[in-house]
Amino acid sequence: MTIDSSSLASLSNSRSIALDKVPLLALGDFQKTILGSVKAGRRVSALFGAPAADEGNTPLYAVLADDEENKLYVLRTIVSGERFPSLTPDCPQVHLFEREIAEQFGLVPEGHPWLKPVRYRHSWTNLDAWNRPPGEPILPAVGDFYKVDGDEVHEVAVGPVHAGVIEPGHFRFQCNGEKVFHLEIALGYQHRGVEEAMIGGPTSRSIHFAETLAGDTTIAHCTAYCQILEALAHCQKPPRAQVLRAISLELERLANHVGDLGALANDVGYLPTASYCGRIRGDFLNMTALLCGSRFGRGMVRPGGVAFDADEKLVEELLKRLGDAERDTFGAVNLLWETPSVMARFEGIGILPHEVAIELGIVGPAARASGVARDVRQDQPSGLFRFAHIPMSTCDAGDVLSRAFIRRLEIQHSIEFIREQLHQIPSGPVKAPVTPLAPKSLAVALSEGWRGEVCHVALTDERGRFSRYKVVDPSFHNWTALAYVLRGQEISDFPLCNKSFNLSYCGHDL
Amino acid sequence: MLKVILARLKQKHRTMKYPAAPAPALPDRFRGRPKIDSAKCVEGCHACAEACPTGAIAVTNITRIDLGKCLFCTDCVNACPENAISYSNDYRLAVRKRDDLLVDQDKETLNLAAKLDSKLRSLFGRSLKLRQVSAGGCNACEADVNVLSTVGWDLSRFGIQIVASPRHADGLLITGPVTKNMELALKKTYDAVPEPKIVIAVGACAIAGGPYIGHDQVLGGADAVLPVDLYIPGCPPNPLTILDGLLRLLGRIQDRIG
Repeated sequence: MTIDSSSLASLSNSRSIALDKVPLLALGDFQKTILGSVKAGRRVSALFGAPAADEGNTPLYAVLADDEENKLYVLRTIVSGERFPSLTPDCPQVHLFEREIAEQFGLVPEGHPWLKPVRYRHSWTNLDAWNRPPGEPILPAVGDFYKVDGDEVHEVAVGPVHAGVIEPGHFRFQCNGEKVFHLEIALGYQHRGVEEAMIGGPTSRSIHFAETLAGDTTIAHCTAYCQILEALAHCQKPPRAQVLRAISLELERLANHVGDLGALANDVGYLPTASYCGRIRGDFLNMTALLCGSRFGRGMVRPGGVAFDADEKLVEELLKRLGDAERDTFGAVNLLWETPSVMARFEGIGILPHEVAIELGIVGPAARASGVARDVRQDQPSGLFRFAHIPMSTCDAGDVLSRAFIRRLEIQHSIEFIREQLHQIPSGPVKAPVTPLAPKSLAVALSEGWRGEVCHVALTDERGRFSRYKVVDPSFHNWTALAYVLRGQEISDFPLCNKSFNLSYCGHDL
Repeated sequence: MLKVILARLKQKHRTMKYPAAPAPALPDRFRGRPKIDSAKCVEGCHACAEACPTGAIAVTNITRIDLGKCLFCTDCVNACPENAISYSNDYRLAVRKRDDLLVDQDKETLNLAAKLDSKLRSLFGRSLKLRQVSAGGCNACEADVNVLSTVGWDLSRFGIQIVASPRHADGLLITGPVTKNMELALKKTYDAVPEPKIVIAVGACAIAGGPYIGHDQVLGGADAVLPVDLYIPGCPPNPLTILDGLLRLLGRIQDRIG
């Protein structure tokens, strides 16, 4: 299918565009363009509604990513009335976006195969897609679940409160003995109303929302937030700041990847690696704390650059710690690959086939482990990643072993990258002033968090305040992959499969 | 097998000696207890209070910081034209009463957590089992609670353990601002813990709502729903701050004035 170029406006990552330059299409053309783009190899980074200027006419926006051309495309439409035809049957990767539009704006995507709430809350408008009475409380995970009938089929329900120190979510398995026919995941327990609270901003709280969208992804989300402001203020970040941001981002990836490999070892009962990695993860967090005082990078990334500089002494200390942590990390994780019983437990478990990963719009290491070469740092680079490249690793099998192996490779690449950057930090300031935001504009910012693509989109009103702020955490795309890989799997492999994705509840629930 | 043994030797013994030995070193930029030097304050200046994202600072005739609301960010420090606010590296922040987190200007001390009464200590002193409930947390507090179970901190050497079921627990350790969607699950989990039981609120969210104070979707902290016995401030609190609070509660660290 060819796509009429006038139906899309192109921009690159962390750039803004005047709202009136965003093509306004009729609903049918809007949907056709999305479908055609996805068929042509693009993917949907964001699809969302915005508050209506006049009641009954709800604007929808889409951000499409073309990873081959390194370009982003934006387009919009207006839905008149209370319903629109669902794209999900033809384009599965928008299924949760459409459920979100239904929940937030009360619009019904007609023909959606599984139209359930996303976060179990009242809509932002006076419409309700499920005709629930306005005054009544909405209880999380209460409602129909996909059910398999039969004498030998039983249902297993887990959560919201789990056995470990983990965030809440509800998992409903349809099983025949040990075998899982279907898993449905109901989230929303962590919903704290962040997107609504962003409207009218930026306020003094906005950046703190960004830092806590997913607390283990503080740097990636906060970088995306700051890139939105910088795009709307046309601010040039100093080179030194860009290097320090990239170092922080890779440190965040290292801490989490190392922790995940330890957790995977734990889930197959291989305790040496589990114990060592639990500790080494802390070494990486403490390197971030050396930079900014916080193990999670709170306060590091700020609009216009970074809030903390690194002098020679600090750089030296970071290099020393990086070397120590590198030695300890590989000493711990290589054991996994040298232990046949561990490999046997990882191999062939929780397979996400390549074409399913593409169809569901999966991002990050989970996509790369299924042979989908997709990485914001390469495909949609911003900041330092426009000049300094990190090799992208992919694997074909799509199983737990592949997802573990991708992490191991990325640990290696990130350590090398940080070391190289620490040796050549450009001199100069670490922060540039940020002027007021451009009015009536749209900005898109992507960053590659350790779980995958973090996408922020902002619309501004005539005073340069946010009239809509959309956040897409990688987990929003990837939870469906976890449900998918459990099909036909033993239920006892759920913890292992779950850990191999290690998705965020709060990042999904916002 | 030999490789495993070799790896074990190379990874070394890592469990810290604290509290028998000094606490592990914190980074220079660590933000512990904030301090206000009111001698530097200019009359009529409200810059810190205006900059604070959570309303943790009140300036009336005196300046007061609510450590329960404080995100330990740098917004007030950067806003103050006189450099009157600074962060110390004092990680000891846990208290038993909510009001003890309200710290007036120039106050040198904090009324740190007192130990449990003798009856509760005879029950929990050498064995405290906790069920963790994340009720809207961003997973940072959860992560740094988890860290306490790693080999470096080895929480179990104090007889403290995070257990899988509330029925096995002596109390709850709560993170997050308590979202509407977690209210029922939190109450049910609490009800499932046998008496007597304690509740520990970890992090700014669980104490007062954190960045989400006032949001329709959250209740604004654990004590909106349950009686809280120990408050551990921070966003998130450093593992050392959490451990210090737990050990004080059990009477293993005695200095009450920090």
